[in-house]
Amino acid sequence: MRRWLEDPLLNVEHLSMVFGGLSAVSDLSFSVGRGDITALIGPNGAGKTTVFNCITGFYKPTRGRLALARAGAIEDDALDRLTLSGQRFAGDLYLLERMADHEITRRAHVARTFQNIRLFAGMTVLENLIVAQHNELMRASKLTFGGLIGLPSYRAAETHAVQRALDWLKRIHLIHRADDAAGDLPYGDQRRLEIARAMLTDPVLLCLDEPAAGLNPRESAELTALLRSIRDEDRTSILLIEHDMSVVMQISDHVIVLDYGRKIADGTPQDVRDDPRVIAAYLGVEDEEDVAAAESEVARMAGEAP
Amino acid sequence: MPLSLAHALKQAAIAGLLALGLAFPILALRSDQDMNNRLIVETRWSWAIGAALAIFALRLIGLYLQHWRANRPQSVRSNEARKDYGTPLAWAGLIILFAFPFVILSLLGPQGALKWINNYGIQILIYVMLGWGLNIVVGLAGLLDLGYVAFYAVGAYSYALLSTTYGLSFWICLPLAGLLAAFWGILLGFPVLRLRGDYLAIVTLAFGEIIRVVLINWIEFSNGSAGISSIPRVTFFGLPFTAGEGGFAALFGLEFSPIHRVMFLYFLILCLALITNVVTLRMRNLPIGRAWEALREDEIACRSLGINTVNTKLTAFALGAMFGGFAGSFFAVRQNFVSPESFTFIESATILAIVVLGGMGSQIGVAIAAVLMIGGTEVLRELDVLKAIFGEGFDPAQYRMLVFGLGMVVMMIWKPRGLISTRTPTIFHMKRRAVSSDLVKEGHA
Repeated sequence: MRRWLEDPLLNVEHLSMVFGGLSAVSDLSFSVGRGDITALIGPNGAGKTTVFNCITGFYKPTRGRLALARAGAIEDDALDRLTLSGQRFAGDLYLLERMADHEITRRAHVARTFQNIRLFAGMTVLENLIVAQHNELMRASKLTFGGLIGLPSYRAAETHAVQRALDWLKRIHLIHRADDAAGDLPYGDQRRLEIARAMLTDPVLLCLDEPAAGLNPRESAELTALLRSIRDEDRTSILLIEHDMSVVMQISDHVIVLDYGRKIADGTPQDVRDDPRVIAAYLGVEDEEDVAAAESEVARMAGEAP
Repeated sequence: MPLSLAHALKQAAIAGLLALGLAFPILALRSDQDMNNRLIVETRWSWAIGAALAIFALRLIGLYLQHWRANRPQSVRSNEARKDYGTPLAWAGLIILFAFPFVILSLLGPQGALKWINNYGIQILIYVMLGWGLNIVVGLAGLLDLGYVAFYAVGAYSYALLSTTYGLSFWICLPLAGLLAAFWGILLGFPVLRLRGDYLAIVTLAFGEIIRVVLINWIEFSNGSAGISSIPRVTFFGLPFTAGEGGFAALFGLEFSPIHRVMFLYFLILCLALITNVVTLRMRNLPIGRAWEALREDEIACRSLGINTVNTKLTAFALGAMFGGFAGSFFAVRQNFVSPESFTFIESATILAIVVLGGMGSQIGVAIAAVLMIGGTEVLRELDVLKAIFGEGFDPAQYRMLVFGLGMVVMMIWKPRGLISTRTPTIFHMKRRAVSSDLVKEGHA
C-alpha cells in the first residue's frame, strides 16, 4: 500500500534551495503519507536537513511549493486557488513556503526536533514541556492580562497543561526527573524529552532530525517503540532523517533517498534497499560504468539470497 | 598539585613589574605648574614603587587563594540541600523597608533623618526599581541593553514637559510617562530584533546616546543642556506639602516640616518598586515570562515551538522600558529639575552592573546589588575618618570608580554569575529545586 500517493499529508513540489552559488536542493518532489513514518536518507551533505529547514520554515525555499492538508485531502483545484490568491492558508490547506517558522508550528501544526539537541537547558524538564504549550496558555491567560489577575480559567488551563506534560513524562519514563534541569539529563533522555516537547505542540507532522544519533542499541529500540506509538496512538505522521539503517528499515513505511540535493529513490524500504543507485550513492561509486557494475553485483547477490 | 614558591614568586614578580611599568607614567611622573606658570615635572617614586609592591603582594596572595580553592575537597554539586530562605527573607525585608523612615525619624529627628531617607532610602530604591526593570530585558529575556537610561530619560522628560506645558498633575503624568517609555521601548525593539550579542549591545548603547544628544540639541523642545527647572513638586494626592493653610501639615494637624514630603517620596518610590517586583514575579510564572526565559535559553527552539519571538522580544523591551519610564518620572518629581546631564552612559552602566552583580534574573539579588553599589557610594562620602590617615585633601568619594572597578574584578573572580546565581523554576511537580548557574544561559539572543 502506498499511502503517500493515495492520501498525502504533505506534497513537496519542485523544491529548490540555493545558497549563493551552491544548490543544496534542486527540483525535489515527494509526498509524505498521512499516518506514515517517512524516512529521508542519503549521504552526508545530500541536503536532508535543508529540506527539513524548508518544511519547518527556518529557510525560505528559492523555488517550489510545500502544500499541507491538516485533515482532508489535497484537492488540486483548491490548491491552485490558494496558490493564486497569494494567501498563506485557506481552510485546511497550508502553503508552508509562505509561512514563518513559528506560524508553521502554531497554525499548520508541523513540529520538529534538531540534530544537535535544542532543549532549554537551564529550565526544568517540566518547564520545557510547559513552554511547548505556550500558544494555548497564552490564549488562556488572555494575553497575560487575565493571568496577571489570576483568572480561574487560566489556572485550570495551567493545571491541564501540567497534566498533559506529566502524562508525556510518564510515557517517556522521565517522570522522576520532572524537576531537574533539562541540561542535567543524559543524552538519550534529552532526545526523548525533545520529542515529547515537540509532540506537546499537537503536531500533525513531526519532523525528527537524526533522532537515533548517539543512542545505544537499547535506547534505539526504545526510540523505535516510541515512534511507532506516536504514529499509531497519537495519529501523528512522522518525517525523519536518519543514518542508522536498522532503525530506518524497521520502522519506515516510506523511504526517500537524496544525493547531491536530488531524489534518487522513493518507495517502500524494500524497494529502496534493492535500488542500485542507492547502493552506489552510499558506497561512493564514481561513474556510470561503476553503477552498472554495482547493479550486476546486486542482481547476483539477490539471486543468491533466499 | 602543590604550588611551588618559586613559581608563585615569579608570577607575582611579573605582575609587580607590569604594575611598575604602568605606574611610571601614571603615578611616578606628575606634571604641574610652578610659580611662573611653567610646566614642570614632579617625580613621585615612592608612589610607583608602593603600587608595584602592592600588586606583587596581592598577586602572591591571589595565587595562594586560587590554589587553595582549586584543591579544597569538593562537595558534590547538589541543589537538594539548599533550603528556601527566599520567602521569609523577602517578608523581613519588606517590614524593614516600611519601618525604615519612622525608625530613622525617631532616632535622629527631622533634620538628621532627611539625609538618610533621601540619600540612602530614595536613592537606593530608584536604582532597585531601575535594576528590576532592566532585569526583565537582560536577566529574563537575555537581551543585552546598554541604553536603558534612555527610557529613564523619556519618563523624566515626559513628566517635566507635560506638567510644565499642560499643567498636568503627577498622577496623570505617571501612567503617561510609562506608556511613552514603553512606546520608545517598542521603537527601539524593532530595529534590534534581528541583532544578536555584541551588535545588540552596540545599537542599544547608541540609542541611549541618541536620546541624550537630541535632548541637548533640540533646544525648542527640551531647553537643551540648561534643562527644565521648576517642575511642580509632588503633592499628597492633590494636597501640596507646603507650610500654612491648605497644606498637608495643616490639614493633618502636624507641624510643617520638609521631612513630610521626603517621606512621602520614599513611600512612593517604595510602592513603585514593589509594583515592578510583583508584576515581574507574576509574569515570570505566566506563559509570557516562560517564553522570555526560553528565548534566553534558545531562540531557535522557541521558534520551533510556535512562539512568536518578535512579540516576545518587543513585550520584554516595552515592559522593561515602562518601568524605566515610571522611575524617570519619579526622578523628575523628586528633583524638580531635569537636564540631559543626568542621563549619561554611566547611568546605564551602573544599572546594568546592578543586574549583573545581583545575578541575572534574580529579583532579590538585584535588590542586594543596588544596596551595595548605590549605598556603598554614599557611604564613601561619609568616611571622613580616612582624612585622618591620608591627609586633609583626601576625598573618599573621588575614589568611587576605583572601588567600583575593584569590586567588579573581585566579583568576576569570586562569583562570575552574580550574587544569586541559581535559577528558581517557575513550576514544579514534586519539589522546587534551584537550577545551577552552569546550565542557565546568559542569552543576548
